[in-house]
Amino acid sequence: MRAIVWARANLFNGIWNSILTLVVVVLIARGLWEVVQWGVIDAVWSAPDGRACRALSNDAGACWAFIGQWNRFILFGRYPYDAQWRPLLVVILFMVLVLASCDRRMWRAGLLAGMWIFGLAACFILMGGGVFGLAKVPTDLWNGLPLTLFLAVIGLAGAFPLAILLALGRRSQLPTIRALCVGYIELIRGVPLITVLFMASVMLPLFLPAGVTINNLVRAQAGLILFYAAYLAEVVRGGLQAIPTGQYEAADALGLGYWRKTSLIVLPQALAISIPPLVNTFIAAFKDTTLVTIVGLFDLLATAGNAITDPEWRGFYVEAYVFVAAIYFVFCFFMSRYSRNLERRLAR
Amino acid sequence: MSDERPMIELDMVEKRYGAFQALKGVSLAVKKGEKVVVCGPSGSGKSTMIRCVNRLERHDKGRIVVDGVELTDDPSQIEAIRREIGMVFQQFNLFPHLTVLENLTLAPIRVRGMKPAEAKDVAMHFLERVHIPEQAAKYPGQLSGGQQQRVAIARALAMRPKAMLFDEPTSALDPEMIKEVLDVMVTLAEDGMTMICVTHEMGFAKRVADKIVFMDEGQIVEVAKPDDFFSSPKSERAKLFLSRILGH
Repeated sequence: MRAIVWARANLFNGIWNSILTLVVVVLIARGLWEVVQWGVIDAVWSAPDGRACRALSNDAGACWAFIGQWNRFILFGRYPYDAQWRPLLVVILFMVLVLASCDRRMWRAGLLAGMWIFGLAACFILMGGGVFGLAKVPTDLWNGLPLTLFLAVIGLAGAFPLAILLALGRRSQLPTIRALCVGYIELIRGVPLITVLFMASVMLPLFLPAGVTINNLVRAQAGLILFYAAYLAEVVRGGLQAIPTGQYEAADALGLGYWRKTSLIVLPQALAISIPPLVNTFIAAFKDTTLVTIVGLFDLLATAGNAITDPEWRGFYVEAYVFVAAIYFVFCFFMSRYSRNLERRLAR
Repeated sequence: MSDERPMIELDMVEKRYGAFQALKGVSLAVKKGEKVVVCGPSGSGKSTMIRCVNRLERHDKGRIVVDGVELTDDPSQIEAIRREIGMVFQQFNLFPHLTVLENLTLAPIRVRGMKPAEAKDVAMHFLERVHIPEQAAKYPGQLSGGQQQRVAIARALAMRPKAMLFDEPTSALDPEMIKEVLDVMVTLAEDGMTMICVTHEMGFAKRVADKIVFMDEGQIVEVAKPDDFFSSPKSERAKLFLSRILGH
């Protein structure tokens, strides 16, 4: 009833608005119908190969048989086929760690740190093997979704503390510390992520002493951490600047030293204010991990790109990218929803 | 012997902000248990003076000695002095992300190393002293201005300070809330707390002050007992000031 009243007042108030409403409704409906027709009604769910799939769908529908055939490669890449339960377990473990960390009852520094140290150690052992009878798997076979999660989660988790220190340093009373932090932030922000990754991947080995090598994955991961830290630092600084001086003075007057004042009074408030821009940066950073392809790492997007070059299944790029996009969307949408939820609960 | 030593002593203290000299050689001694009310026109340096006592502002010249410890740039000395001096601000400055109880227990636990259970008992004791124990679980944003200021007083008291500084504690309050805060301050004074209050509440000053310090243009112009100050101020500037604030 209220919906009808609302529609009359907003969508059909006058002849032109009514016409516009009808046109838009028709366009949306047609678009949706085509998507449904392509993705569901005319879609082919199983076929022996690409040609058969095309024939069955008359080229009109999606060929989900491609995903049925290739999903394990897109998700896990060249990781040894029989051992792919290991990366699957790693993905699940990552999600459990992240979900558990989102629960406020878990927010105790010791508990979180312990959980993550054990969780990440377990992830590395599962992925890399070499102990407990697990076959050794070199990092260049760590592909697909687990790689994306490693890069994003460790990248952000590593960058966040660094970002807080940089933001605090940028507001420091000590000119040297302030200059160093400003210099770092401006330098990194002035350079594209690709450049940082190239530096980490190509230039860094040139500067290392002979015989010393650092794994490519580690180098890319370090590059991401250093890059994200500069961006997050500016977001955190925005939050810090919103804290009234009275809060600092009250903490000072109680005899709280710098670190207690910062960790107990200033940061909890500054970070709570910063949630929307922080999550914005998190989401952008999560998607930016796809750039690691250029230094030879096969993340989720790269494995999908590889899958569509198979001669038997050539050209199913729409299906492949829809599949990958859906995975990215799930993660990003989760972050977005969680941040809104957190904002509401922290609002005073 | 130690009672003869002033609790808080300022000796020719100067403070500049760029070209503006906020304090031009201020000397003041406050004995243990003494209540000093500081008044004067705005911009006279009252707030700057008491903010120097716990080093919220750094003085440029002169000496400040608190309970026998001189204020220097040494951070541990500054923190030691701040632990012993409570401060109440015009804008309350409660921590909005913590409950009232947490506001009171934070510093005793983190700075004094008190056990949480003991800190809670102390906090509840002082919340009762300021007549709002029932608000302990609320957040500052849920309280009225008068209630917030009383929590701020309790927060300072929970550290068991040897002296209290009040920086215009009622100036940001709605008129109907001023009395509840002043009542708490009067009780505190009657219990023998050493206090320096910057305030325009002359009724309060008459009632509790041992001495009135009148400041103008960064200097202490007159120090007098309340009766003498209000009935026969010696300086012309004090006369003018009193006529302005009592005249309406």
